[in-house]
Parts: sequence; C-alpha cells; structure tokens
Amino acid sequence: MGEASREIMRQARRQVPEWSTVKVHESLAHQHEAGPEHQDIVLVDVREKHEWSEGHIPGALHVPRGYLELQIEAVPDKTKTVVLYCAGGIRSLMAGTTLQQMGYKEVISMAGGFGAWKGKGLPFVQPRTLSEAQAKRYSRHLLVPEVGEEGQLKLLDARVLLIGAGGLGSPAGYYLAAAGVGTIGIIDADVVDESNLQRQILHNTKRIGQYKAESARETIEALNPDVKVITHIERLDETNVARIIADYDVIVDGTDNFPTRYLLNDAALMANKPVVHGSVFRFEGQLTVFKPYEGPCYRCLYPEPPPIALAPSCAEAGVLGVLPGIIGLLQATETVKLVLGIGDPLVGRLMTYDALAGEFNELRLFRDPKCPACGENGHPEDLPTYADVCAIPA
Amino acid sequence: MATVRLAPVLRPSVGGAKQVNAQGSNLSEVLADLYSRYPSLKEQIQPEESLSRFINVYVNDQDVRFLQGLETGVGPNDTVILLPAMAGGR
Repeated sequence: MGEASREIMRQARRQVPEWSTVKVHESLAHQHEAGPEHQDIVLVDVREKHEWSEGHIPGALHVPRGYLELQIEAVPDKTKTVVLYCAGGIRSLMAGTTLQQMGYKEVISMAGGFGAWKGKGLPFVQPRTLSEAQAKRYSRHLLVPEVGEEGQLKLLDARVLLIGAGGLGSPAGYYLAAAGVGTIGIIDADVVDESNLQRQILHNTKRIGQYKAESARETIEALNPDVKVITHIERLDETNVARIIADYDVIVDGTDNFPTRYLLNDAALMANKPVVHGSVFRFEGQLTVFKPYEGPCYRCLYPEPPPIALAPSCAEAGVLGVLPGIIGLLQATETVKLVLGIGDPLVGRLMTYDALAGEFNELRLFRDPKCPACGENGHPEDLPTYADVCAIPA
Repeated sequence: MATVRLAPVLRPSVGGAKQVNAQGSNLSEVLADLYSRYPSLKEQIQPEESLSRFINVYVNDQDVRFLQGLETGVGPNDTVILLPAMAGGR
C-alpha cells in the first residue's frame, strides 16, 4: 500500500467507526430476538459477486462496492445503522465514507471483515448458484423472468420419472434433459427394436437389442452431463410401483396399456404425485394432468377400461411417427410448468390433437365424487387394475 | 340435426367418417338414431341399456355423466363427442 492509500485509510478510520465481528454478531442476535418491528441494523456485504457466492453472513444484503452509490437505495432509511463488511475490513471502511457522503447517519465498518468472522467460527451461508458452464448452457432460460436462476435451480433439483422410454417418453425425456431436469428416472423393461426407431428418438440403429432404459441413458448423458439418469429395468407392477414412484416429484405416463395406467393412477393418488398423462393412436393424441385431489383422476375419466376390441393399444394399432413427438413434448411442457409452479397446468382439462385436421380441442373433466379411487369414499389401495384386458399378446 | 364426432377407433363402424349427423332431442334419441343406421356402433359403445363406463360422451364439451346422462338435452346446433379411453404410448 502506498503513502497516498495509507492516508485515505487513516482518514476513513477517523470518520467511520468500527465494530468487532463479535459485536456485530451480538447486535444482530439482539435484533433477531427483538422481532421484526425492531430492525434498526442493516448488514451490507460490499464484496464482489464471486466472493459473495463463496459464502456470506446470513441476512446480509449484497451491494458490491462498485455499485454502492447506485444500489444502496435498497436501504432507503438513512437513519438506520448500516453495518458494512468486506473480506478484510478495508473496502468496507472506504464504502463507509461514501455512505456518509450520501447522508447515511450511522455507518459502521466491521473490523477484519468476513475473514475475521469466519475465523471466529461465526455462522455463514453459502448460496447456491449455477456454475459458469450451467449459466451458459441455460442462458436462454435465465433470460426468461418466469424461469431465471431460481427456476433453473428448481429444474436441476427436480426428479421426474418416465414410465416408458418409448414414443412419448423419448421426446419428453430428451427435452426434459435438455432443460436441465436434474434427475430423470426411466422405467422400461423392453429392448430397442427396429420398428421403434420411426418415433422413439432416444434410441438409434446401433442400439437395437439394448435395453431401452440403458439406450435412453446414453443419449441423455451425451446431451447434458448435469442430468443424473436412474434406470429401472423392470415392469411396473403391484410389487414395485410404490417404491419406484416414491423418489420422484412428477411422473410422465407414456405407457401403452390400461393395467399400467390404472395401477399408476392408484399408486400416484396414494403417494400424492402428479401424473402427466399422454396417449396416442394413429393420427390423434390426448393429454391431461392428473393432480391428486385437486382435479379428476384417471378413474374419474375412465372408470373402466374398454373391451379388447376397443383397446387397440393391445393390438398393432399403428401411429404416425411424429404424433408422439407432439404429445410427448406437450407432456414435457406440462412437467416443466409443474416443476416451476408457473402457468395453468392441464388439470381438469383433456386436450385432444387431431393431426390430420390440424386441430386442438379441449374438454372439461370433472372429479367424480363417487370415484372409487379419489372420491369421498375412495379406496385407491384395493382396486382392480384389469390385467386381463391386455391378455392377448401385442 | 346434431353433429356427432367420433374417436378414431369408432369410425370404422360408421364407414370411416369423422363426424356424422343425427336426429333427436336428447342424447338417448340421438344415439338411437345412430344405432338404427350403424348397428355395430351400438355393440361398441352401448351393448347394455346404460351407457358403458369405458366411453365418455360429451355434449358441447361437457361430460354427460355430470349433466343428465342419456336424458341430456341435445339441440340441433349441439355437438356430441364419443370418446373411449386410449392407452397407446409407445
């Protein structure tokens, strides 16, 4: 430090009173006990963003010294006691003289700064932030106010289960992975078949014969290393459904048969997990969100499965390859909305899409008070799942 | 005449049409008119007296189970939708 700097320091020290870390800690503790009406001390961290991100005193405001004059307006009351701190106690002294010039009456600098605070073993918090790579990868999300860094962290913390890595699960899983959903579970016991590749874009020609869950994991991990993929190479049944769905926040239902849909519906009701439901047939698709006890459930919509003749999913019904892409991505969209808590989820509404007509339609769905699963006297734990409906092989 | 829209799986029963017209002042009469012309449709959606539980019927986008069921009134400009459950996902 040169003579000129030392002189500025000496002057600042004469002007700005200093408190020890212990005194700051005690004053904040007293204020905390006094309750919200007695908030006379404001703690301001004047360090740079990267220093703040590595840890700061709980309850402090962050106003980097470079923006002090512009951002200190966060403390509009100039009669409050403003306690400033930096890393070592020098920048906070300088900042103190600035605040005095701006008319703040009680400005204090914490001696020794955050270094001394930590050295005394006093409490601090480490805010969660995106890494530099994540900030780049998700920059188009960060630009959307409804998502932002907070929303992106929600997505990274989210756990989404895909029932099936097939026609609907492929596009849904692919885009959810791109969006940065941190944990994606995939339950699928099938292997990749050549006939899947017309629509199941998580898989490819080289992976024919591999387990779909494993193939999906390879594709997703190559797209986004932030995503942890958990594979469940088994069929969803009475013995495993409760255990598997317990670990997830949202379930994306892309199954191909009625027994699994009823089974999942009842288990999701018991575990109180939302199910984003999609189905496709030839040129048409359906989509809705079953949110337990807030809207209808699958059994309110379809109390019983259709007979075999009307259940074409069991036979080779056929589907336009791009159609599950559309419905699966609408499922992914609803999932992101549920995770972020934004917009109007498709609860109590059935969206239908007719690709040939190029038409979307919407039907209102109602909770059935007499529903055997979610109604007033419902018992989701002991209902039939109609396993016999799909008794004939696909 | 009311318009009746059919889910894809039901269309073979009416000769492949996506929608057909039918006469009647309530749902029961509208369906009876359809069955007289397309008998196989009755087997598919109403083999017994009451409406099947695996098929949803909407009059102007409202589920008739929460209206008056087969007695729900149907006007000449109304649209009836017949929608059985779909399961396909793969």
